Amino acid sequence: MKVVVDLNRCQGYGQCVYAAPKVFQLKGSEILAYDPAPSDQWRDEVERAVHACPVRAISAEFDNPPVESASTE
Amino acid sequence: MADPSSFAPPSRIVVAGASLAGLSAAKRLRQLGYSGDLVLIGDEPYPPYDRPPLSKQVLTRRLSTDTTLPQPRDLDIDWRLGVAARGVDLTARRIDLANGDALDYDRLLIATGTRARPWPKPDEASIDGVLTLRGRDDADRLVPRLAASPGRVLIIGGGFIGCELASCCREMGLAVTIVESERVPMRRALGERIGAFMAGVIRDHGVDLRLGAMVERIEADNAGAVAAVMLKDGKRIGCDLIIVALGAVRNVEWLEGLGLLTSARGLRCDAFCRALRANESPAPGVFAAGDVAHWPLVANDGHLVTVEHWGNAVEQARMAAHNMLAGDITGMRIHQHLPDFWSSQFGLNIKCVGLADSAEEMAIAQGSVEGRRFLAVFGRKGRTIAALSINSARWLPAYRALIEEGAPFPPIEGAVDQPRMRKEAAGFASIDT
Ligand SMILES: Cc1cc2nc3c(=O)[nH]c(=O)nc-3n(C[C@H](O)[C@H](O)[C@H](O)COP(=O)(O)OP(=O)(O)OC[C@H]3O[C@@H](n4cnc5c(N)ncnc54)[C@H](O)[C@@H]3O)c2cc1C
Ligand code: SF4
Repeated sequence: MKVVVDLNRCQGYGQCVYAAPKVFQLKGSEILAYDPAPSDQWRDEVERAVHACPVRAISAEFDNPPVESASTE
Repeated sequence: MADPSSFAPPSRIVVAGASLAGLSAAKRLRQLGYSGDLVLIGDEPYPPYDRPPLSKQVLTRRLSTDTTLPQPRDLDIDWRLGVAARGVDLTARRIDLANGDALDYDRLLIATGTRARPWPKPDEASIDGVLTLRGRDDADRLVPRLAASPGRVLIIGGGFIGCELASCCREMGLAVTIVESERVPMRRALGERIGAFMAGVIRDHGVDLRLGAMVERIEADNAGAVAAVMLKDGKRIGCDLIIVALGAVRNVEWLEGLGLLTSARGLRCDAFCRALRANESPAPGVFAAGDVAHWPLVANDGHLVTVEHWGNAVEQARMAAHNMLAGDITGMRIHQHLPDFWSSQFGLNIKCVGLADSAEEMAIAQGSVEGRRFLAVFGRKGRTIAALSINSARWLPAYRALIEEGAPFPPIEGAVDQPRMRKEAAGFASIDT
């Protein structure tokens, strides 16, 4: 699963932290740190966090489409 | 400039640069109902990923460096990853790729961003243990180096990325030195006064912060690994790892000599995100967005800016997407963005709206500097143009609104609940237009 938070928009109230504590954490009084690639086992929690965020700052996608690389590496 | 072909709806849109701006444009194009071909070209082998975590939680929380950005499933993108765009033919409307492919386009978005400015002496830059940080590969190199507990990390450059890295090092218990040539860290974005405040915070966290200092030379030991730096004033600092954090270079070389207006400050575009030709007329069908763009900002009296922040990359790309589908100029909108950014370091959440670096004066509007919780406002020509919060993000939206409505400086007392303000000089270098 992939997660990104628009931290310009985030107000640091921490609702996401209550919803998905394994993925979102507050550091200090208002720094939001999160796991950008959390395990799919937290899917329900992350979904709850997305909905709990009062400023809709969280985007998550649970099933990224496979992307092919044109490189030969 | 009448360009009849731009009135026909596009059937192939090509995006050069598959990162934050490129993906944001692609998402917006599909949201707006564009159903034609959509090609994203990226020289990195990865699908678009997020950079800010790479100098923050990825390092301290030992998270994966896979910061791939979430993508809606139905984008239907023709990905060309791991291959660079090599040139554009503005007349034929064709873009050439490094693997020999050529793609015709109706609209082209240039979003090739920036790269880390390398240490200027190549023989020293290639010493084992001299790194930079811009992308995932850089982070993948950095993570094991930091995990190997180097005796001292030395960071050249006290800008945001340098200071965030120093913060991560301290959180990991590593000894760290920052060498910065200015009198205060992050001066370009924060100004003298807030920069001086941050210098105190950084030192309190045990960072050896050398201000007004310059690295003259990087030295290797007999085994070829980094050993020390020699400063201009003759001081030598031993270290096991050097991170060069001297800002960014715009990825415009591939566009040089093709008729587009490029410089060290990026690819010139107008307020509609249209890329300009050497004669300053828009190149038919070509747009630019994100860190690579050099554009006139209405909120800055129309002066040209480059904004190397996440928020602008998203917003400018979305506006470029809109304008790519608009047909002619009557349907286009101006990118009237109020620049914003955040940084987190040393336990502080730093957030800013507006272009503080063009300010003449500033005042503390909320909280206290001593308490390390405050909001500063910045003014120019009697108007409030920017606000910066330290662990006070909740106040920021009210001030954003004041800035957007062109409130006087200092903002009228009582408009927001605030103590009496004392004006001071903002302490930025003179504005570069
Ligand atoms: C470590 C780090 C931390 C950051 N932290 C913050 C932060 O806390 N807050 C904030 O507001 N901003 C932050 N930023 C800035 C933010 O990440 C950038 O503003 C954003 O990435 C810009 O997006 P972009 O798409 O315009 O450019 P980029 O992300 O630079 O992407 C450009 C892409 O184009 C590719 N490319 C270049 N040339 C070619 C070519 N010829 N052909 C094909 N592809 C090409 C590049 O390899 C790259 O993948 C940070 C940046 C870094 C590096
Ligand atoms: S719920 Fe939203 S606003 Fe609150 S901390 Fe989480 S991301 Fe930020």
